[in-house]
Amino acid sequence: MTDTTNKTPAQVLAPDVATPEVVPAQAPKQDKPASLWSDAWKELRRKPGFIISALLVILMVVMAAFPTLFTSVDPRDCSLIDALQTPSAEHRFGTDLQGCDYYARTIWGARTSVSIGLFVTFFSTIIAVALGSLSGYKGGWLDSTLSRFTDIMFAIPLILGALVILNALAGSRGILQVSAVLIAFGWPTMMRLMRSSVLSVKELDYIDAARALGASDWRIITRHVLANGITPVIVYATITVGVIISAEASLSFLNVGLQLPAISWGLMINTAQNRILAFPHLLFFPGLFLSMTVFAFILMGDALRDALDPKLR
Amino acid sequence: MTKVTPLDTAVDPHSADTGVLLDVRDLEVEFRMRSGTVKAANRVSYQVDKGETLAIVGESGSGKTVSAQAIMGIIDSPPGFVTGGEILFRGKDLLKMEEKERRQIRGDRISMIFQDALTALNPVFTVGWQISEMFQKHRGMSKSEGYKRAIELMNLVKIPSAAERVNAYPHEFSGGMRQRVMIAMAIALDPDVLIADEPTTALDVTVQAQIMGLLADLQQQTGMGLILITHDLGVVAEVADKVSVMYAAEIVETADIRELYRHPYHPYTEGLMRSLVRPDHKGGRLSPIKGSPPDLLHIPSGCPFHPRCDYVQDVCRTDDPPLREILEGRTSACHFAEVFSND
Repeated sequence: MTDTTNKTPAQVLAPDVATPEVVPAQAPKQDKPASLWSDAWKELRRKPGFIISALLVILMVVMAAFPTLFTSVDPRDCSLIDALQTPSAEHRFGTDLQGCDYYARTIWGARTSVSIGLFVTFFSTIIAVALGSLSGYKGGWLDSTLSRFTDIMFAIPLILGALVILNALAGSRGILQVSAVLIAFGWPTMMRLMRSSVLSVKELDYIDAARALGASDWRIITRHVLANGITPVIVYATITVGVIISAEASLSFLNVGLQLPAISWGLMINTAQNRILAFPHLLFFPGLFLSMTVFAFILMGDALRDALDPKLR
Repeated sequence: MTKVTPLDTAVDPHSADTGVLLDVRDLEVEFRMRSGTVKAANRVSYQVDKGETLAIVGESGSGKTVSAQAIMGIIDSPPGFVTGGEILFRGKDLLKMEEKERRQIRGDRISMIFQDALTALNPVFTVGWQISEMFQKHRGMSKSEGYKRAIELMNLVKIPSAAERVNAYPHEFSGGMRQRVMIAMAIALDPDVLIADEPTTALDVTVQAQIMGLLADLQQQTGMGLILITHDLGVVAEVADKVSVMYAAEIVETADIRELYRHPYHPYTEGLMRSLVRPDHKGGRLSPIKGSPPDLLHIPSGCPFHPRCDYVQDVCRTDDPPLREILEGRTSACHFAEVFSND
């Protein structure tokens, strides 16, 4: 505002009520309150990176939920006569060693990968948010104990830790076991992120103000600390979905993840490994789907981070 | 506004007529840090009664905010600890209460507004949500009732077109309007005592006057006791009834506002008043107090003000003068309170 001279007393008393001259061609502001998320949404809608990743994620999730929309062929209905065919009109992605339709198997593979990715991320995030906010907010010995425990878990590389435990579980490795192991080694990074986020939020005045106005610890954590501190964790969790999907594929490839007859991209690559020179399609299709999915989640995480951090706009 | 007192804090409201509403006695607060222990409040005592405004004046770091935080129970602990004294609210010691009982007094009977309303309001919730939360949590009102009361309050603190702005976020308000929102939240439950911690410091001068005027109006309407923490003696002159001057974690002088301006009984108060910018002061130089406030880790021996005092004597370097009554209702912590300014 440049001039304060030609204002009515009411405007002087209410200096922030935008006068028409001051904010001319802008859309009425009051219609939709601008929150962090609605601002971010506006930003995201214009980002090609977000649109591409969102479409890919939606595609993969639909594929995982309703594989029959994409193929009517049963991925387990195989005839050895058709083994190892290259892509053709009948088998678009060819067939594998058992003569199963590779297209159907690739489609059905999305279900395992996406559900492990989402399931593991969901539970690791819950553990991370709970422990991280408790640790950051309460401080003291509780923080020391939780943080040191997290550091110990953090020191074990995800794949290495999972490898050791899953190797010991030979014979009974299903989606549940693989997920549990990935959750066990997947939460520490996010917990540290949550803790540091809470530490910075907790120093802010509105936490004191909330306490001074009679809010309980629980309410302060849930309504004030979490609401403000969870953004980086959400961004990281999105990326984590991709990381977990590729971790599952790596474990399956290394023979310590899922076991046949489960259908998974990692497993498909694993079975293909001795024949990839002769039959490259066995590697290509599951590999393509795997990298597209991982790429989509990581791209989405990046877009979210840019949109949610006002400084990067 | 009807006053609903929660059952377990049912202190008879009429007892306020007999005693002092809020009585802080010899409050001691320490911050224990690796570099040493800092006494942030040392034998701090003050009283606020119904409808009364007490101003606590002092430079930054003089401990004026700490005593308010001790009343609210929001000192970060560790490192901060209340190590002594009493805070009597309607005769009951807040420091001896259970946390749960205390929480029901906080925000409800004793409330507080903060220096910078931008940081004191939660950025991710609408102001309506934040005001109505007070009613929902303390009074068990429904969401829609709470919002209705929020709009009433926003009108009361003179936020224009409150009904439309109830769903706006704090960053959509100007500094002055934000402080009004903060005030609305603080007075939502019709508290007996309101602590205003430098409520106008973050605002520009014209808005400062409006906010102080608003606080004075609200106090007249509700009869609450007001503790105004400020470093601005100019603000104090207009609204306060009593003033306590703090220096290096101690109260060095307490007086009725007009008496204080007429005749300060402590060299520090005198220095503060001399460093005020006055309209009739044109052309001349301001005379600030020499030196700077002491580091609370290394408070000077004797009278903490002696290194900066114009009237310093030998005794000041060795003996810390106690706060003593000079005249009826006036106290000063200076060895030479009666004589220094007559020279």
